Amino acid sequence: MRPIANTRSAAGIPTGRLAVWWVLASEIVIFGGILASYIMNRLSHDWWADYAANTSTPIGAFNTFVLLTSSLSAVLAHAAAERGDGKLAARRLLYTIAGGGVFLCVKAYEWTMEISHGFTISANGFWSFYYTAAGVHASHVIAGMILMAFVARDAAKNAELHRVELVGIYWHFVDVVWIFLFPLLYIAK
Amino acid sequence: MATAEVTEHHDDHGHHDEGFVKKYLWSTDHKMICFQYMFTGIAMGLLGGFMAYAFRMQLAFPGASVPGWGVVTPADYNSLVTNHGTIMIFWVAMPVLIAAFGNYLIPLMTGCDDMVFPKVNRLSFQIFLLSAIVLLASFFVEGGGFGGAWTAYPPLSSKPEYSLTPLGSSLWLVAVGLEFIAFLLGGINFVTTTMNARAKGMRLYDIPIVVWFIVIASILFMASVGPLVAGAIMLLFDQNLGTGFFDPDKGGDPVLWQHLFWFFGHPEVYVVLLPAIGITAEIITTFARKKLFAYKTVLNTAIATGVLSFTVWAHHQFVAGIDPRMANVFTISTLLISVPVAEMIFVYIATLYGGKITLNTPMLWALSFIFEFMIGGVTGIFLGASGSDIYFHDTYFVLAHFHYTFFPIAIIGSFAGITYWFPKMTGKMMNDTLGKLHFWITIITFNLIFIPLFVLGAAGQHRRIYNYEHFPDLAGGWMQDLRVLATVALLVMLAAQVIFFFNVFISLRNGKKAGNNPWKANSLEWVAPSPPGHGNFAELPNCYRGPYEYSHPDREDDYWPQNEPA
Repeated sequence: MRPIANTRSAAGIPTGRLAVWWVLASEIVIFGGILASYIMNRLSHDWWADYAANTSTPIGAFNTFVLLTSSLSAVLAHAAAERGDGKLAARRLLYTIAGGGVFLCVKAYEWTMEISHGFTISANGFWSFYYTAAGVHASHVIAGMILMAFVARDAAKNAELHRVELVGIYWHFVDVVWIFLFPLLYIAK
Repeated sequence: MATAEVTEHHDDHGHHDEGFVKKYLWSTDHKMICFQYMFTGIAMGLLGGFMAYAFRMQLAFPGASVPGWGVVTPADYNSLVTNHGTIMIFWVAMPVLIAAFGNYLIPLMTGCDDMVFPKVNRLSFQIFLLSAIVLLASFFVEGGGFGGAWTAYPPLSSKPEYSLTPLGSSLWLVAVGLEFIAFLLGGINFVTTTMNARAKGMRLYDIPIVVWFIVIASILFMASVGPLVAGAIMLLFDQNLGTGFFDPDKGGDPVLWQHLFWFFGHPEVYVVLLPAIGITAEIITTFARKKLFAYKTVLNTAIATGVLSFTVWAHHQFVAGIDPRMANVFTISTLLISVPVAEMIFVYIATLYGGKITLNTPMLWALSFIFEFMIGGVTGIFLGASGSDIYFHDTYFVLAHFHYTFFPIAIIGSFAGITYWFPKMTGKMMNDTLGKLHFWITIITFNLIFIPLFVLGAAGQHRRIYNYEHFPDLAGGWMQDLRVLATVALLVMLAAQVIFFFNVFISLRNGKKAGNNPWKANSLEWVAPSPPGHGNFAELPNCYRGPYEYSHPDREDDYWPQNEPA
């Protein structure tokens, strides 16, 4: 049973959307802390560029493409939910989940290759940041996939359709974080 | 959503009996969650006080067996001071001031029936409880509880060969991390509830100051804690995975942790200060029967303090080896932040000026908050100026300074709030005589503990030293006398808390019935029955004016409730 408080909208923004934006605000500073520490380290350690040369830009680029495409189907799911077509919204969310799955599989392959070449998390500062930043991001991908599975389950029954938009906003954020990680970890060499 | 407002009505909540677990542990009611946070916070506060007792006894009577603990070993001592600090800030100040009062006051003062996300609220407390259990568990693992100080600077915190608490250090970090998640969830609830669920007619400037301040504090927490969460992940990896984020041998930098920690740690002071100073605003307006002097100025000042608080953190690193030019910048920003805080104190004094003052227990707590916090603020000037900080750094002067900020915030602020809202929370009036007795003993002993420590610090006594007998310059004579004085004062203070619990107990049993509005106050929580039932209000109130319309010249009554139509 929802409290009346939940149905009010004094600020003119739906409560759920407002809350998601505050979640993102708190997440931005978490990633901000990791990335700012990494950038400060890169600026004072020129030679980290040599370590960074061992990352695979094509694989990173492919994953960027996969993640951005999965966001497209999240947008389309939102459009379907707006029209009240819960079934279609749920199906499109499943495409997004599949995109996240591909992203994680590629990541697993990539990490396996790197670890087998001796580039482990404790190899040096660059690889510590590489695994930590991408790992925290990947945990957000997994969380997003789980959330989306719940939202899709409800949406298929045409329930809680507004949540399709909310989980989409979160997914775009996960995307945007990757847009920062990709150049910082893969392209800057 | 105007239509929703019109059709608002209560569902039939029913009065079926709920089981113990459902009622006390699994509740989604914001008032019950307040009590959960408050009781957990008070229990942890007693534990933190007990720790202070054990290590203060060691300092006053080195090597003696402490009743209730035994001989305090060096490892015990480190673990006690570390966890005393951690508990008092993260498991007492935060849960009581922000979580408990935020949960109780926000829905009631903004005139709605609950938080916007009651289940998230419940989850927030459950994670918080888990974090407390993890912290307590760290005392019982091999090596004992973490002893690397509450600031957890590496390499002491990252290398087991230094800290000697391999598991304790990691559990400490996990506990702090869980606690942050709990407060992020709670804070999001507070902010969205205040933004969206206010009573019809309540404009931004009609929101009581304490609600504003808890919201600003929640936003400050949200914006500052991220880097420390990132730092905690890195430190956890340094401890357990062999990374070298903070290890110079592996190309890392230990000072990076200090930046990440204090980027959070300094705003954190204002995160806990703002709710306490907000509680004070409610109390002094009610008991001076005066309108708050310059409401908008107070609000803007708090926002300015919040923004400035992000620019002062490196004053903790003046001796850690930062660029002296940076030290100048941080000296200036640190001294600047005393301006808005001083302004708030002036505003409160102006509010009191010419008022009809009632000196009852909550008012005494509120006035003493202003006075004692001012001492904390003024001594901060010495430490914010990089030149004098080099001398005072890591002495008992620093320790006394931040206890003069945190004790007024966490203890005085909490007692002010508890004694003021006790009639609302329980429906009974508190005994004022016992309340005043408890107040005076606590305040006098507080000053007797920490004024000697200012003197000792100025004389060069360093912090975090287990036994001063090893330092001939500091060991004997008047310095040891002052240490004994501080310890005895602490014993009296801890004993005096029995009066408070006794007062709560007999007031609950025999206290006078409070009625809805015993203090003749204006804000909306006093419209609800005492204690408010499920759903808070019989009929959700509308709001017609600001919360501080006391002694209005056109009215016979000296108060004007927010919900009364003009």
